[in-house]
Amino acid sequence: MNETRYAVRHTVASLLHLRFAALLLAALAPLLAPSPAHAQESPYIVTYDHYLEEPGSLEVEYYSTLGTQRGGNAFHSFWAEFEYGVKAWWTTEFYLDGQTTFNQSTVFTGFRWENRLRPLAREHLVNPILYIEYEHTKASDKILKEVEGHDVEADYAVPNSVSNRDQDHELEFKLLLSSQVKGWNIALNPLFVKNLSPSEPWEFGYALGLSRPLGLKASPQRCNFCPENFIAGVEMYGGLGDSRSPGLNQTSHYLAPVLAWNLPSGWTLRLSPGFGLNDTSHQFLLRWGVSREFAGFGAAVRRLFGASR
Amino acid sequence: MTRLRIPVVPGAVLLLAVACGFALFGSAARAQQEQAQQEQAQSTRNFHNALAKAPEKARAMHSQVETEPDAAAAGGKLFDLHCAECHGKKAAGTRRGPSLLGLEMQQAPPGAIFWVLTNGVVRHGMPVWSKLPEPQRWQLVAFLQSLRSPGRQPPPGSAGEQ
Repeated sequence: MNETRYAVRHTVASLLHLRFAALLLAALAPLLAPSPAHAQESPYIVTYDHYLEEPGSLEVEYYSTLGTQRGGNAFHSFWAEFEYGVKAWWTTEFYLDGQTTFNQSTVFTGFRWENRLRPLAREHLVNPILYIEYEHTKASDKILKEVEGHDVEADYAVPNSVSNRDQDHELEFKLLLSSQVKGWNIALNPLFVKNLSPSEPWEFGYALGLSRPLGLKASPQRCNFCPENFIAGVEMYGGLGDSRSPGLNQTSHYLAPVLAWNLPSGWTLRLSPGFGLNDTSHQFLLRWGVSREFAGFGAAVRRLFGASR
Repeated sequence: MTRLRIPVVPGAVLLLAVACGFALFGSAARAQQEQAQQEQAQSTRNFHNALAKAPEKARAMHSQVETEPDAAAAGGKLFDLHCAECHGKKAAGTRRGPSLLGLEMQQAPPGAIFWVLTNGVVRHGMPVWSKLPEPQRWQLVAFLQSLRSPGRQPPPGSAGEQ
């Protein structure tokens, strides 16, 4: 009973901590850019499709993952994303990560800065996007947004007091391949990660996604529960070893149904229960997220500094 | 009796400074307005170029929602949600996106408009919209076509009515 109360208290505290930044920006953003946009967001939480943020738009996102842990305490990790469309071919994104390990502590675990670049001007059967990310995170980071190399469940059982001392600096490269066929989105993201410490090997991973809106046609009325507002799918992701020992040995893999609900007010809600596919994976991950896009954010900021409309 | 002394020199300097301020402000505002007009004209040219580049196969495509009476109304809703921010609520254009009411747009075949929606004009700021399923893109085309038909009114509550 006490344990449950402790877990709830820590979860609430951790949400308050990290969401502060997101809420602050979410509160300021409407002042700057009063028009929320409805952007038909994809339901994926780990996989990327080839769609970038609309130029000048800011998307503020908050995500949570509740994870079970054998040989340790369950955890609640959480992160905020601030995604901005610099150009129609370039999106930049800043992340803040944190986690609460139940019966241990709540810790801020670092930041990430990601850029996605679209090299081709037009749509093709398969559309590539180049992805590069710098990560400055602690070993206590548990957002599991990328599963790579020989990451296994046991790595996450290390107490926060120990893992929080190790700092990682990593460069992460992905090739985002995505295709749109008859309303279906199919995405494949091979992943290459290099810890900037020279002794560390390259690590590999993958993410696959498949999704489709429940309705392909839009209804003429503005509605919250129209089938076209819901996008359902599934994603699968995992590690593929490293340059010293490539392969599936001692790697973890997950299968996760995903559902997104795009509201006409500009909000998107996502839900995804994830299941570990082998003994070295977490048995269960429950992820959810909420995001809101603000169109014209860049123009509003420029206006603040004297540019005309 | 004391005579009121008017400080001529400081007054003149003050007047001159105010006049210069107005002149500078006015010319800056004019320059910004001209720049905005140039940007809109450029984005209109880019959009028309993109329409002209649509391949023959795309131009010959037929709408999937041609016979559906609600298509333009649904397209109007989609326009409000996805397009009005850049192209304006009346599709008349803003600094960020061109007017969709011009002659080139009016004369473009539906397939060409669909092709531009699908592929965007990525190098000039318009993202690809293939994330919208094909029927929704055709609904958008139906709405844009309804803006140019004098006999057809924009659907109630849609962008074209505002």
